[in-house]
Amino acid sequence: MPHPFLSMAGFFKNLFNKVTNKAEIDWDELEADLIAADLGPRLTVTIVDELRALGREITADDVVQTTRAHISKVFPEDQPFPPALQESGKPTVILVVGVNGTGKTTSTAKLGHLLNVYGHTVRVAAADTFRAAAVEQLQAWAARLDLPITTGNHQADPASVCYKAHEQAIAEGAEYLICDTAGRLHTRHNLMEELGKIRRTLSKQDETAPHKTILVVDASTGSNALAQAKEFNKAVKLDGLIVTKLDGSGKGGIAVSIQQELGIAPLFIGTGEEPNKFQPFQRESFVSEIL
Amino acid sequence: MFSNLSDALDKSFRNLTGTGKITEENIYDALREIRLALLEADVEFSVAKKFIESVREKAQGEEVLKSVKPGEQIVKIFHDELAELLGGDQSPLNLNAPAYILLCGLNGAGKTTTAAKLARRLKKEGRKPLLVACDLYRPAAIEQLAMLGKQCDVPVFTPDQGETDLVRVAKQALKSDAAREASVVIFDTAGRQEIDDKLVEELKKLHKFVKPKETLLVADAATGQQAVSVAQHFDDAVGITGIILTKLDGDARGGAALSMRQVTGKPIKYIGEGEKIEDLAEFHPERMADRILGMGDVVSMVENI
Ligand SMILES: Nc1nc2c(ncn2[C@@H]2O[C@H](COP(=O)(O)OP(=O)(O)OP(=O)(O)O)[C@@H](O)[C@H]2O)c(=O)[nH]1
Ligand SMILES: Nc1nc2c(ncn2[C@@H]2O[C@H](COP(=O)(O)OP(=O)(O)OP(=O)(O)O)[C@@H](O)[C@H]2O)c(=O)[nH]1
Ligand SMILES: [Mg+2]
Ligand SMILES: [Mg+2]
Repeated sequence: MPHPFLSMAGFFKNLFNKVTNKAEIDWDELEADLIAADLGPRLTVTIVDELRALGREITADDVVQTTRAHISKVFPEDQPFPPALQESGKPTVILVVGVNGTGKTTSTAKLGHLLNVYGHTVRVAAADTFRAAAVEQLQAWAARLDLPITTGNHQADPASVCYKAHEQAIAEGAEYLICDTAGRLHTRHNLMEELGKIRRTLSKQDETAPHKTILVVDASTGSNALAQAKEFNKAVKLDGLIVTKLDGSGKGGIAVSIQQELGIAPLFIGTGEEPNKFQPFQRESFVSEIL
Repeated sequence: MFSNLSDALDKSFRNLTGTGKITEENIYDALREIRLALLEADVEFSVAKKFIESVREKAQGEEVLKSVKPGEQIVKIFHDELAELLGGDQSPLNLNAPAYILLCGLNGAGKTTTAAKLARRLKKEGRKPLLVACDLYRPAAIEQLAMLGKQCDVPVFTPDQGETDLVRVAKQALKSDAAREASVVIFDTAGRQEIDDKLVEELKKLHKFVKPKETLLVADAATGQQAVSVAQHFDDAVGITGIILTKLDGDARGGAALSMRQVTGKPIKYIGEGEKIEDLAEFHPERMADRILGMGDVVSMVENI
């Protein structure tokens, strides 16, 4: 399995080597390298200023340690996987949301599969009734991974699909229900309202549901990911992130900014299009392996 | 995010009283602010740096206008340069026969949707488009294109069930009756990461066989620093002829447009402004420059003086 943070790791090793081999530090270059990870100009400036304030010759260790400290102290402790089961015996409901094309449907299928691998029963709901062939896409995944699925017709009310899925999941005693939703830009007020409605509908058969509302963020996204997280969090109170496409050259530095600014932690990472290219986020490996 | 660029710039010009020249000294802080604004708009670091260097030379020596704040004047200078860079050698699609268009890009960028949008647009212009489904990986990708084709009443060539050879799909598509009746053929391809050698190799093979007149890179407007790598790799692999920027109906500042334009020198041909198949628009460099700088109002204000 390719290393999930290979690109990040390579990037920081590079950084270390560059600084080691230099008589004098090139601040511009250092800044460039930090920004290249999509850490954002603000955090980058904070790190660079802190290094400059040391007021002495900077070593490669200084650079790596300061950066590492900033990144590692940002993330909270890893959340346990699988997410807790409900004492009521009803399913733990996971609502998957995000802007268009980030990887919601794929991640829904992968997460369902991972829970299966851990020995749990899962149902998925195809509540994207809007995009062309979105239902067929999740259906194809469900067939491939042997996941029970609830669907609605094209253009059906997504909240009603979730309600029906919840009903079925409760009846069959499924331990988890994962609801895939349509991609929507966080700037579209009425579509964000629709998510609120889905949430309320899910609480009808279990007032504690949904138990986790997760935003899917594409690792290639720049600063806009922060705006996405802010707005989705306002609309449906997020419990965490799935950062996808970390197999690309996007370094997912935005996860650091989102954690820092909004306190929303990454819970899972996607590292490819195959069902097993998905795993719980691990702070230790993220932080130690980027160095 | 940085809606107050001109305020910040004014602050950096506190010592300048509204007369005199823009000099290396008094422009220093202003350039820092502009650089930050570009970076916050996700312009790639080295692209931002180069851009600022080149504009700095132009700005220096200019008389500071009495009628506007110096910050606004600087923004205007940068805005105009940016618009020029973004727009230079804009050209319509090359639709000389055989008019083949190939779309490529990262996963989820909007290729399939854009293929249908383009088909709809070309049909409105009186051409006869054919859509070809060349994504053999993503579950229900073929159904997606087929449904979109129906929406815009454009025929879709779909590969046989279980087909794994892309070149064979293209070959069959071009030999089909539908292709004979079509005046332009649009190939939708699977999403791929630009550093995935195996998938990029496959795209190259398809490209080599089809020899498209237009090879368009479809990219999400919210792309961050990865934009340069994406544009460079796809351009190296298949020689892109243009860029289509999607999801501009959101609030992404779209700095990726500048990054991709700069590293490839290829024009931005269209922009996607929504999920519906009619949401494809012409690219306006001026508007894009406003957006990247987050400064539309000031620019028009300075213009009116
Ligand atoms: N390389 C890579 N591709 C991924 C990953 N996760 C998802 N994808 C791909 O990204 C594209 C979009 O994935 P979807 O799951 O359809 O995204 P979505 O968020 O459901 O999209 P919409 O419902 O249209 O908003 C597909 O080509 C997926 O195969 C990942 O971790 N790595
Ligand atoms: N808001 C908005 N959504 C768009 C736009 N263009 C595409 N989308 C949406 O983005 C998502 C992904 O679009 P697709 O056309 O499936 O993307 P793709 O590049 O074909 O994806 P893969 O084939 O999986 O790589 C879908 O939800 C589309 O509806 C746009 O301009 N604006
Ligand atoms: Mg989806
Ligand atoms: Mg597609």
